[in-house]
Amino acid sequence: MKLIVSNSPHLHSSESIEKIMWSVIISLLPSGLMGILLFGVKTFWIIFFSVLTAVITEALCNIITKKRLTIYDGSAFLTGLLLAYNLPPTVPFWIPIVGSFFSIVIGKQVFGGLGQNIFNPALVGRVFLMASWPKYMTNFITPINKFYPFRLVKCDSITSATILSLLKEKKNFSVSYLDLFLGNKGGCIGEVAVFLLLLGALYLLIKKYILLYIPLSYIITVAILSYIFGPNGLFTGNWLLSILSGGLILGAFFMATDYVTSPLTKKGQLIFGIGCGIITSVIRIWGGYPEGVSYAILIMNAVVPLIDRYTKQRIFGR
Amino acid sequence: MKINLKEFLKGIISENPTFVLMLGLCPTLAISTTLANAIGMSFAATFVLLGSNIIISLIKRLIPSKIRIPSYIVVIATFVTITELIIKAYSPALDKSLGIYIPLIVVNCIVLGRAEAFASKSNLIDSILDALGMGVGFSLALILISGIREFFGVGKIFGNTVIRGFEPVFLFAMPSGALLIIGILMGFFNFLKNKK
Repeated sequence: MKLIVSNSPHLHSSESIEKIMWSVIISLLPSGLMGILLFGVKTFWIIFFSVLTAVITEALCNIITKKRLTIYDGSAFLTGLLLAYNLPPTVPFWIPIVGSFFSIVIGKQVFGGLGQNIFNPALVGRVFLMASWPKYMTNFITPINKFYPFRLVKCDSITSATILSLLKEKKNFSVSYLDLFLGNKGGCIGEVAVFLLLLGALYLLIKKYILLYIPLSYIITVAILSYIFGPNGLFTGNWLLSILSGGLILGAFFMATDYVTSPLTKKGQLIFGIGCGIITSVIRIWGGYPEGVSYAILIMNAVVPLIDRYTKQRIFGR
Repeated sequence: MKINLKEFLKGIISENPTFVLMLGLCPTLAISTTLANAIGMSFAATFVLLGSNIIISLIKRLIPSKIRIPSYIVVIATFVTITELIIKAYSPALDKSLGIYIPLIVVNCIVLGRAEAFASKSNLIDSILDALGMGVGFSLALILISGIREFFGVGKIFGNTVIRGFEPVFLFAMPSGALLIIGILMGFFNFLKNKK
């Protein structure tokens, strides 16, 4: 028998950055496939270019800064994937390429790479694209195929506003909750298929890669606030609609829970989630944009160091 | 008196007011949207810098140290008023596009900073050279930033479209884009400095 004598820590976990990142990617894949099914093959190329650019840019940054090659840990892949999921299916192909490049360089590598960035890189890329080319970033279409359990209905795809824009403009519209849940609505590539996102999130929850503190507090806050401040006066809001539309599920489960940019303690994570919820609701109800998930998460990312500082756990015995 | 060329050169590279001393960022952010604005601002700021440095260097022994800052401001404000009236008289368009940022040169930290840190302690020739060097350094930084911002932000150089079909990065035309570009350029210059 071979005995190893070494310093502590002696307990090792089999988890690693690589394993967690690739698990998150796997949990996100169904939603992307659904996006391709709903919005057509062009969507695949948007995702492909976004991921490819992210990985290449990461490799180039590693080479220029003479650091160890970090493209195999999946974090750049994940950033590219999340960015593509946050784009409308109609964007020209250079949008994901420019966005991914910006995400990796400005969102991540200038801070020193994975673990050092303050802001979620994918959202940095999205907000950059949103600020620079708003006309491409708000050009939404309805799905070319509608998905129902065990059947697929071909549709005429038309340019349309998202549910949240319609809400914002106080227009009348009819939409079934089933359509919202299954993804038959206009929206970004990866955010429409709510049930597949929940399935992916469930996988991550079972593997304990994410905890429920942030997503649950986030979603509940949005639900409560959108119920209270409804369009026709207090306590008239449609809370289910505001959960199921827009990027809330994608943001709450996959982007707000990013390890690097979320608080460490459970109490901090609750504060973080509630803060995200408040900002999202404020933007949705009173702000200029119909959707506020990306801005909410980025703003709360900025206060994470403060939250961590004030929720530091007491050292046992002191 | 001998001319010390080092006092002139330091303002351009090793003590560049924008990228090294990080002074005068407020006008840099605000007016670096187009090259024309940047050049107008460069001349205005350099003129004020030169005038105030000369006067302050000459009267440095007359100013009691307790009220030196108000005294400097009075001198600087005089030159800013002259500049403002000249620009108003000869180039109303430039006056309109620079707007409040001409009178605000009064509180531009480069001008006050050089008055306090240099002109009040140095002789006339050195002060002139320092003012010119700082002015040129500020101008070059401003022109570099505004060139990048005008090209990427609105796709133009001096108001002329350069590349047909180029989709301008609107973010760079906004103040947040200016901060980003200044940050990137600062990082780049620090990188060059550390490499030496």
